[in-house]
Amino acid sequence: MLAGILVLLALLPLGANGYILGVLTTAFYFAVFAMSWDLLFGYAGEVNFGPTFLIGLGAYGAGMANALLHAPVPLAILIGAAAAVAGGVALAIPALRLSGPYLGLITLVAVLLLQQAIVIFAGVTGGEIGLSVPDVLSIDSGPNYEYALAFMAASGLVLTVIARSSLGMILQAAGQDRIAAAALGFNVTKHKIMAFAVSALFSGLAGAFLVFYLGTASVSAVVDIAIGVRVIIAAVLGGRRTIIGGAIGAIFLIVAGELLRPIGQLSTFVVALIALTVIVLFPDGLLGLLPARRGS
Amino acid sequence: MNDASPRLAVSALHKRFGGLVAVKSLDFALYPGEILGLIGPNGSGKSTVMQMIMGVVRPTAGRIVLDGADIAGRPVFEIARAGVGIVFQHSRPLRLQTVIENILLGLLPDRIDGLRPPPGAVDRARIIAEECGLGAVLDRLPATLPFADLRRMELAKAIARDPRVVLIDEPFAGLTRAEVQDFSALISRFRDQGRAVMLVDHNVKSIASLADRVLALYLGEKIAEGSPEAVMRNETVRRVYIGGGIETHERPEAEIAARKALLKVDNLSLFYGKAQALDDVSLTVHAGEFVSIVGLNGAGKTSLFNAISGLVPYRGTIAWDGVVRGRESAAVIARSGIVQCPETRELFGAMSVADNLDLAAQHLDPREVAERREWLFGLFPILKARGGQEARTLSGGEQQMLAIARSLMMKPRLLILDEPTLGLAPVILGQLSEALGVLRATTDITVLLGEQNVTFALPHADRVYMLEHARIVWQGGPARFAAEAGTGYL
Repeated sequence: MLAGILVLLALLPLGANGYILGVLTTAFYFAVFAMSWDLLFGYAGEVNFGPTFLIGLGAYGAGMANALLHAPVPLAILIGAAAAVAGGVALAIPALRLSGPYLGLITLVAVLLLQQAIVIFAGVTGGEIGLSVPDVLSIDSGPNYEYALAFMAASGLVLTVIARSSLGMILQAAGQDRIAAAALGFNVTKHKIMAFAVSALFSGLAGAFLVFYLGTASVSAVVDIAIGVRVIIAAVLGGRRTIIGGAIGAIFLIVAGELLRPIGQLSTFVVALIALTVIVLFPDGLLGLLPARRGS
Repeated sequence: MNDASPRLAVSALHKRFGGLVAVKSLDFALYPGEILGLIGPNGSGKSTVMQMIMGVVRPTAGRIVLDGADIAGRPVFEIARAGVGIVFQHSRPLRLQTVIENILLGLLPDRIDGLRPPPGAVDRARIIAEECGLGAVLDRLPATLPFADLRRMELAKAIARDPRVVLIDEPFAGLTRAEVQDFSALISRFRDQGRAVMLVDHNVKSIASLADRVLALYLGEKIAEGSPEAVMRNETVRRVYIGGGIETHERPEAEIAARKALLKVDNLSLFYGKAQALDDVSLTVHAGEFVSIVGLNGAGKTSLFNAISGLVPYRGTIAWDGVVRGRESAAVIARSGIVQCPETRELFGAMSVADNLDLAAQHLDPREVAERREWLFGLFPILKARGGQEARTLSGGEQQMLAIARSLMMKPRLLILDEPTLGLAPVILGQLSEALGVLRATTDITVLLGEQNVTFALPHADRVYMLEHARIVWQGGPARFAAEAGTGYL
């Protein structure tokens, strides 16, 4: 069924207009943010309230590499991803010492620090106005859409494989009870750092791709805490510990937001209300509503 | 078997938590192919010893030598890989994985690039599962399993890596008698395979038929070591567990029976998920009576008190002052006069001693508050001296006194004291015991005391109930306890 949906989505540019493709392109990158977040929270059990720290590092790393160092787009994306991975590993260090609300605070502060750094070093980062990048992936909505779809599918595949692999099982065990996992002979530290690095890699890649789709990197698009909150809502809404649930939640949130645009400011409110209702009534998220999963 | 060299040799093991000495220069050995029982009441240090062997807690000093290599203070995962397996009392299996996958987890290599289990691991997991009696439920999810099977799964996980030493915390907690037989057979098989097995439990009786040797701890020190029978006969052990030669002060049975039944519990059962914490418990507390419920850790005392206080759902009936209770909230129940002083004390740590007391007096007449506070300061003079101090800076004994005083501030008709002696030094126990004596002699308060420390529970009691494995197994006067129920308690 999933393959069928992906084929349908791939064929969409034949019929749909640029506006629809644009909305979905953004939604697909958002989907990767949410899936990466789910690997860290759903599997490794680490609550990262600052997904945009990793996303922002990827986006600005790539943007600055392109704008200042004139790196070609593929290289710039890799540089952005590397910056995000470095940030992810740096975040893993306090995460291993702290837990619960304290880790949550650290991850929030990391976002604020990044935001401040961008504003203070406006000369190289573009500050509050944003950073324009000279290159883009494509100027046409069709190819942009296909890039995003392919990237989301590939990321989803890799993240799902990891989540369902032996490593994913060790991560879940460590996320539930790190002493019990260590008593089975697992070096929990090593595995958690790995989880942070993988989550950061895909967050950073998605942030970088997004910059070369939008043509700019700005705090409001890739760093703001509100963006991070939407990523978390998307992942929880879709279904924790499922990976693909993050994609479903993200696409739902963004598409619903667009569909409700005619009601103006109220749309954000209504979408948030729908998300809240689903989370309260169905803690397993949208995927939890599928009978197949419940029965398993 | 003791001619062989020990598999695990513990020497001069010492652990201090701040000012508290939890384990004091302990020496013992564990041989291949034997089952050693490590027993001791709450706070004796037995869990700390187990956690130090596993590396969860770092020893302050001492050596833990596994087949010639000192493993003391190494990280948990290294100790696990060196050949030590552990079955925790509370475990959280992987919810989304089947039984066989959960066992497979224990067979995975510690690698971050492992996508698939190593060849042969699935077959090995299946063999282990069969061995542990899980053959029929391989593909079930943990949530659908009965409690005993969940415990079997934990045993299977622990031996997956073929450990030379197996530590098992409270092997039989929550199991039925038939299941205890199965588990004993299973654990005996571990021994016959040449593993060194250490069981940690509260008393000798529960593990007597299984253990080859027993080591008893009390307040962090070894008080006896030998065959289960010898340890059960040991004078020090008997004193710690049954408190021989206690002077009791029960009031005449007829006088008590003539009074009104203040609290009446009938056929109470209580479950936590699949584990049964109380099984058909009935008891009566008369007005002005002092009733002690004795039972080891995990017997169900706290569950019983929480049910009475309306904190957990239960089956059965609870009648208070002649009226069978409906679905009143815990707050309504507390204000109707049932006040629980919980085992964990639950003081407001950042508030002063005086504020903790005042908070409990919110529903009292202001004039009465001052009077009652003075009375409590008379009962526990140290609290007056500590009035302005933050509650969390008090010593353990002072905190317990404050917790009791705070409960008394609420003018309870029934005061429930859950394990007030937990973790306290003997000298503090004496002070607490005196205060209870004064309370009993000078007021008409009704007290329900839960204790595993018999020495503390018996002196003031009018009547005693003994809880064991979720059931009441004995009731009677405190003077008859040692003769009639004492051996069951060892």
